[in-house]
Amino acid sequence: MNWSVLLSISRIHILSRIKQSVIAGLGVTFGIATFIVLVSFMTGLNGLLDGLILNRTPHVHIYNEILPSKQQPLDLYSAAENSLSFVHSVKPKSTAARIHNALPLLKILQGNPQVLGVTPQVTAQAFYTAGTIELNGIIHGINIQEESRLFKLDDYVMEGNILDLENNNNTIIIGAGVAQKLSAGIDDRIQLVTAKGNVVPLKIVGIYQSGLADIDNVQSYTNLKTAQRIIGEGDNFITDINIKLHHMEDALPFARNMEKLYGVTAVDIGTANAQFETGTTVRNIITYAVSITLLIVAGFGIYNILNMFIYEKMNDIAILKATGFSGRDVKFIFISQALIIGLVGGTLGLLLGYSISTLISHLPFETEALPTIKTYPVNFNPAYYFIGVVFALSATFFAGYLPARKAEQIDPVDIIRGQ
Amino acid sequence: MEVIRTENINKVFHDPVDVRVLKDISFTVNTGEFVSIMGKSGCGKSTLLYILSTMDTDYTGQLYLKGKLVTGNSALQLAEIRNRHIGFVFQFHYLLAEFTVLDNVMLPARKLGAKSLAEIEHDALEKLRILDIAYLAKKKARRISGGEKQRVAIARALINNPAIIMGDEPTGNLDSKNSDNVLQIFRKLATEQQMTLLIVTHDEDFAKHTDRTIVMEDGRIIS
Ligand SMILES: Nc1ncnc2c1ncn2[C@@H]1O[C@H](COP(=O)(O)OP(=O)(O)OP(=O)(O)O)[C@@H](O)[C@H]1O
Ligand SMILES: [Mg+2]
Repeated sequence: MNWSVLLSISRIHILSRIKQSVIAGLGVTFGIATFIVLVSFMTGLNGLLDGLILNRTPHVHIYNEILPSKQQPLDLYSAAENSLSFVHSVKPKSTAARIHNALPLLKILQGNPQVLGVTPQVTAQAFYTAGTIELNGIIHGINIQEESRLFKLDDYVMEGNILDLENNNNTIIIGAGVAQKLSAGIDDRIQLVTAKGNVVPLKIVGIYQSGLADIDNVQSYTNLKTAQRIIGEGDNFITDINIKLHHMEDALPFARNMEKLYGVTAVDIGTANAQFETGTTVRNIITYAVSITLLIVAGFGIYNILNMFIYEKMNDIAILKATGFSGRDVKFIFISQALIIGLVGGTLGLLLGYSISTLISHLPFETEALPTIKTYPVNFNPAYYFIGVVFALSATFFAGYLPARKAEQIDPVDIIRGQ
Repeated sequence: MEVIRTENINKVFHDPVDVRVLKDISFTVNTGEFVSIMGKSGCGKSTLLYILSTMDTDYTGQLYLKGKLVTGNSALQLAEIRNRHIGFVFQFHYLLAEFTVLDNVMLPARKLGAKSLAEIEHDALEKLRILDIAYLAKKKARRISGGEKQRVAIARALINNPAIIMGDEPTGNLDSKNSDNVLQIFRKLATEQQMTLLIVTHDEDFAKHTDRTIVMEDGRIIS
């Protein structure tokens, strides 16, 4: 088949009705541009919010939960077996907060192929003191390099150098809220009072701001050794193990497996943060619903224009058929007109969408809560541009198909007689 | 050699009531013949021509083109037959209004796709020259006069060197000068190029200048 004839006919048809074609094309342009802007901005925002949680949340968190024993001594007493027994005021068993055999467990985890990385932590309660005030605090002893690699901790250290924490004992990175309340800055010293009453002086080497006030007002980081010293324990005292997996979806089975194998408490990220998935889903639904609605509207525009074209071009259709063009040729002519409008409109839509997205990504967006963010987050994923083109073409194809089929079925004799 | 032959073609319109407009039409048109069809208004001339041109397939009986049965061919085959073998000239000047005269003439040849674009353009200009309208080639079809349009339509009908040219009152809408002109063109094509022509007309004068006249009455050929 000689497509070039058919395409040259479509071209002339479009050019002869350029105004209507442009209006139909603009419908597609705005539909696609809106899709691109919405989806880029929404997913950018999603990424930011998810990152806020995901970056810092381990996929699996292992610790030793303080719980009353599931089996009370009475349950073991055979004489009471068949009677109803009550135990009042059950208290937790006194166990250490540390994970049993943490160091060998760490080794095993590091060797696991599912695991991207593991960091041990020591969590200790303490008071920050400066003069007469005492502030509640939680101290995390961490391996700072791993913590940066896996949980982007360095993104949130606003001042100072994280390596100082690694290299020097008796140093601390304090939360921004703590720093403000104590009016302490880098190189100042603060005193920690531990739960057991020991006083430990530490040098501030960094200020940390997560954006979540609850955390920034209490949390601080030291290296593992310092934390262990604060609570007066040895090298093998580890209270938490945070695991990042290669695939987040594996978290739940992985956690279950850990509990079964090692008798520890393991919580996966899905259980810990059930609500954040919902937010992402809702934002995605809104984005796609709005975009598809716009494209359907654009599709109706094209449908109308093409119907009008075909009505106006009845004579042309009859002549083409009388001179040997088949119904299929005529259908192709009109579908190609729809697709040309869709392609041009869609491409302009991508450009417009890209321009607006770029503009948005340069707008300043500064907020206390998100210290690392300076401009609005925009996701320039090429996949969305591809989806945009596919959207534009399929919407225009369907809009063009029905009128084109009508043109295919027009009987030239009816038209010629009608004159 | 026969170009068109029909056997017992009957055509019934069902709307609003069954009316038989063609009754047992059987005739032959041979190569190089210039045949006219005459008859009162409403006797079925146009209806017959639409069937002969393969655009109307809703009839009984057989239609042969160059000895081959055409009746029952698929729509796609029929389109090809129209493209290659049949040139059609309508009463009204059926041109693609937004296209240039040259484009209009070239379209059926471009559809056929047997020649290169340059050859087709050359052929089209040649046909326009034969009809003395080469100077209109680059004009938009809607900007030329009725008589000129009819000559363009004839040029378009000629472009693929068809086996036959059919016309449904091609001079019906023209003044006597233009209508003489079209007759001269047909006459010339018939004598100089042995073109086969089958033309419906109301014009006695026109019919007199053709080789043979088929007269219809009430759906039948009477002579
Ligand atoms: N679509 C149709 N439905 C029903 N009847 C029709 C239809 N088309 C034509 N007719 C009838 O068929 C008959 C033949 O029509 P046709 O157009 O072939 O006549 P004609 O000989 O060409 O007349 P004219 O010289 O006026 O052009 C007429 O009586 C007409 O009313
Ligand atoms: Mg008629």
